[in-house]
Amino acid sequence: MTAGRTPGVRPRALVWRRRRASAARFWRRYRAHRAGLLGLATLALFALLALAAPLLVGSDVADVTDAPGSPLEGPGAGLPLGADRFGRNLLGLVIWGARVSLLVGLLAAVLSVTIGTVIGVTAGHFGGWYATVLMRITDWFLVMPTLVLAIALATVMSRSLLTIVVAIGVTTWPTTARLVRAQTLAVEARPYIERARALGGGHWHIMSRHVLPNVTPLVLAQTTLIVSSAILAEATLAFLGLGDPTVVSWGGLLQDAREAGAVSAGHWWYLVPPGVAIAVVALSFTLCGRAVESVLDPRLGVSR
Amino acid sequence: MTADATSASVGGRLTTAYPRHVAGKVAGAAVSLLAVLVTGFFLFRMIPGDPVRFMTGGRPVSAGQLATYRAEFGLDLPLWQQFTDYCGKALTGDLGTSYQFNAPVVDKITEALPNTLLLTGTAFVIYTVLGILLGTRSAWRHGRLGDRLNTGLALVLYSLPSFWLGLLLIVTLSVGIGPLPGLFPTGGMESGGKEGLAYAVDVAHHLVLPVVTLVAVEYGQTLLVTRSALLDEMGSDYLTTARAKGLRDDLVRRRHALPNALLPTVTLIFINLGRTVAGVILVETVFSWPGLGGLFYQALSVPDLPLVQGLFLVFAAAVILMNTLADLIYPLFDPRVGR
Repeated sequence: MTAGRTPGVRPRALVWRRRRASAARFWRRYRAHRAGLLGLATLALFALLALAAPLLVGSDVADVTDAPGSPLEGPGAGLPLGADRFGRNLLGLVIWGARVSLLVGLLAAVLSVTIGTVIGVTAGHFGGWYATVLMRITDWFLVMPTLVLAIALATVMSRSLLTIVVAIGVTTWPTTARLVRAQTLAVEARPYIERARALGGGHWHIMSRHVLPNVTPLVLAQTTLIVSSAILAEATLAFLGLGDPTVVSWGGLLQDAREAGAVSAGHWWYLVPPGVAIAVVALSFTLCGRAVESVLDPRLGVSR
Repeated sequence: MTADATSASVGGRLTTAYPRHVAGKVAGAAVSLLAVLVTGFFLFRMIPGDPVRFMTGGRPVSAGQLATYRAEFGLDLPLWQQFTDYCGKALTGDLGTSYQFNAPVVDKITEALPNTLLLTGTAFVIYTVLGILLGTRSAWRHGRLGDRLNTGLALVLYSLPSFWLGLLLIVTLSVGIGPLPGLFPTGGMESGGKEGLAYAVDVAHHLVLPVVTLVAVEYGQTLLVTRSALLDEMGSDYLTTARAKGLRDDLVRRRHALPNALLPTVTLIFINLGRTVAGVILVETVFSWPGLGGLFYQALSVPDLPLVQGLFLVFAAAVILMNTLADLIYPLFDPRVGR
């Protein structure tokens, strides 16, 4: 057993050194994707804005009682993007809205990917009728109109951010489950799994120590892509009036704008900023996800 | 399913495999539809509190009236009986009564269905053809400037919220900004009072912006799928052979590469129909198109639960049926699958 070990280095330290090396390798390859870097930079900027929002715009930005402008005031000196229908500072609201959109997008994606990974790994590992049943359910969810299901869920549950997270999370996991199951099957066919089993490794050991680390990169890419669609879904649900009415979100701002008649009055400055914010963040996550995907699978080439 | 298909093609029993494929897919679709029916039932009984109170929307109602409502909607029966009643009714085409319109849900749906089919059908044909054409060109010249612009634009449009794009189009092209006059109607399906050809032209005029919005947000997916399916075929030996025997580049692409790449593309186009349904709901809402999506939004804002439930069933069933149809047509085009 000790023959293959470098003298003086403990196995755990060796593992960490390898992990650091592979992370560095990953970053070197990721850097080659210009679109991916652009996405990452944009996301960093938005994350910074969202975190610093209380300092930048103050937490009373959503307060309707002491609004700085008059309702539906156009862009001007004090209000660079104009005012919303309650006279609130639109720029401040858009910055504040980043908090909710990013938070809900990330949480929903994490929930969705967790469900997908658990189902994918267990279906791939155990196989048999268990996998058959799970994959049937997955296929069923896969063809269901996701948003319709999410809307139906959000309609029957109470209006809150948690509802939105759950509604998006429990409807978007099937693609992850399929991908993870395929990867699990590929990993489990390798000889070292057989070795682990022969040495007495149980189900839990094999799934958590051998399969999971191998599917993690794929799951990472998938999470990034799902955040993008989760942010769009959150905006959509809020726009349909299914969001939490007490919090400021980009979709909610657009719903406000529509209800205030900004469309027929031609108040484009009310409509443009929240939509641009949604699109830029969703696009950035997509770009990052595609870059991660093509780093993981060099077969895909640079711009596939 | 695949096991059946391969064993059949290996054994060469070409005549029996397709009916078996059909039977399998139809049975699968039936199970899926049943699952939708069950989901529909339990989903709308998850509502916290009393559905009747929810229905009356907090208006003061006497205990007697509440009891009448309960009896009318069958809510006083045990759950299993409600379920069997619901299934029986749904299978005979009775989806209950809308609270909001006080009319049978089925009537409201059949009224709106043709309008939705017109909008969705037009957009579907345009974005599929556009996506396949642009995807093919992109893959054939992958890595070049044209390909980068093409995929870049597709990704940007794909990331736009469809309702927002619709609102912007209304502001710029219908309401008009500054010197720009309103070129298109702001919403609805017709201006009224027109007949014959004038009516058709009027509807087409109203159709332009909703269709443009749907195509813009949906074609990107088709483009990307076609592009990567074609790139998978690009290195194949049969393409080198085709080129080596002196075929023109255009013919190699159209006759040899594209037919093979189209097969996975078609499957994905149908799987992605669910996304299109979401797009249709939003676009119809924004443009006040009198279709199923607009109806869904009206039902949501009340909320008119029987109507929401009925539309949920219709949307889910439509997507499942279209996917099954694609599964049934697929083997007719690909001799390797299910024959």
